[in-house]
Amino acid sequence: MTSAGPPNAAASSAGEPLLPVIETTPGHDLLRGVWRENPVLVQLLGLCPALAVTNTVANSLAMGLATFFVLLGSSVLVSSLKRLIPAEVRIAAYILIIATFVTIADMVLAALVPATHKALGAFIALIVVNCMILGRQEAFASKRPVGRAILDAVGTGVGFLIAMVMMGSIRELLGNGSWLGVPVFGQSFEPWIIMILPPGGFFTLGFILLGFGWWEGRKQKRRPGRRPWPHSVVERPEGRVA
Amino acid sequence: MSDLFWIFISAMLVNNFTLHLFLGLCPFMGVSARVETALRMGAANVFVMVITALSAWVLNTFVLTDAPYLRLISFIVVIASLVQIVEMAIKKLSPTLFRELGIFLPLITTNCAILGLAIFQTNRGYGFLEGMAFALGAGAGLTLALVLMASIRERSELSEVPALARGMGLVLIIAGSLSMAFMGFAGLLSQ
Repeated sequence: MTSAGPPNAAASSAGEPLLPVIETTPGHDLLRGVWRENPVLVQLLGLCPALAVTNTVANSLAMGLATFFVLLGSSVLVSSLKRLIPAEVRIAAYILIIATFVTIADMVLAALVPATHKALGAFIALIVVNCMILGRQEAFASKRPVGRAILDAVGTGVGFLIAMVMMGSIRELLGNGSWLGVPVFGQSFEPWIIMILPPGGFFTLGFILLGFGWWEGRKQKRRPGRRPWPHSVVERPEGRVA
Repeated sequence: MSDLFWIFISAMLVNNFTLHLFLGLCPFMGVSARVETALRMGAANVFVMVITALSAWVLNTFVLTDAPYLRLISFIVVIASLVQIVEMAIKKLSPTLFRELGIFLPLITTNCAILGLAIFQTNRGYGFLEGMAFALGAGAGLTLALVLMASIRERSELSEVPALARGMGLVLIIAGSLSMAFMGFAGLLSQ
């Protein structure tokens, strides 16, 4: 399990941190993941659940909350145990911690909301391999105090929840004419069935990303000297500016 | 026999892992820029999926019968370590094969397509042969989707795409169109 990912993975064998630690303020830790570095919409992490279970708002909410719980739980545990986990097996240790919380979330959902649990199916278990969660452990929780790790997990989790509900709302509104099961458009609306089917997930996220690209380009054009968010871990592609 | 064949076809075309179930999207987006790389990634995926189906079947039949709640954790640990061991063996026995597939193996051990395969196989109660057919079908479907995507992306590099649409947005919309095309295969099963 050496899937460390980043190009400087060789440094990890010497026990050095993979990514440089950058000093940030608590507010920045909390707010970064919510919008400016939103895990789904900007960093494109955790796409599997974001596309697979967002066909209704209820499913998106359940998935977002379950992921939020797993992220928060594992960030707290990884951050508290960071001195005990040897660098060589840290990825394996993180995955075991994440898998434990996913098993808890799976059982809790099965007991509280059996219908939603059935609708989400295998995708609850697949939270384990959501790269967003492992990414936050590796990049943040494993080298920061517990308090900061909680702030970061809350911010990233809320960002994920926002993206999920956004996707779910678009798909349910257009595909079923309702929001959270409540009809919105009335009788005359002909639902776009394609939006609640698999291709609708790809199209929704595709058009959201195109919209974001257009918005960024407009902002850059208006204020050419605008600096990106301080210490951004996201590289913005140059070609985006129209 | 026909059952096995339908499991294979269903996993490959009708319920394609990438285009219908959204599993394994990271390699689908990440290594689909060149057809040759996509083919090798697909081959590595088939390989890991067969190992996964095998170990999931062994775990389900002999080890986890009394402790289903340990399923997730044991799947991950066993699959990841088994792939590492096989990777070392290949490195020793066939350096050529290792050069072709080696770099992809660690990347896909904890991929959602791999874990998804093990979980679906468990939920549907597949036996050994059914599991193998499922793994081969899923792997073939993933390879097909990867190669199709890579071919389209190679072509789209030569065409004049507006600057706004370059990047992930366009890839996702292409994927959506492919997914729509694959929905046509749904008619195969209902007959």
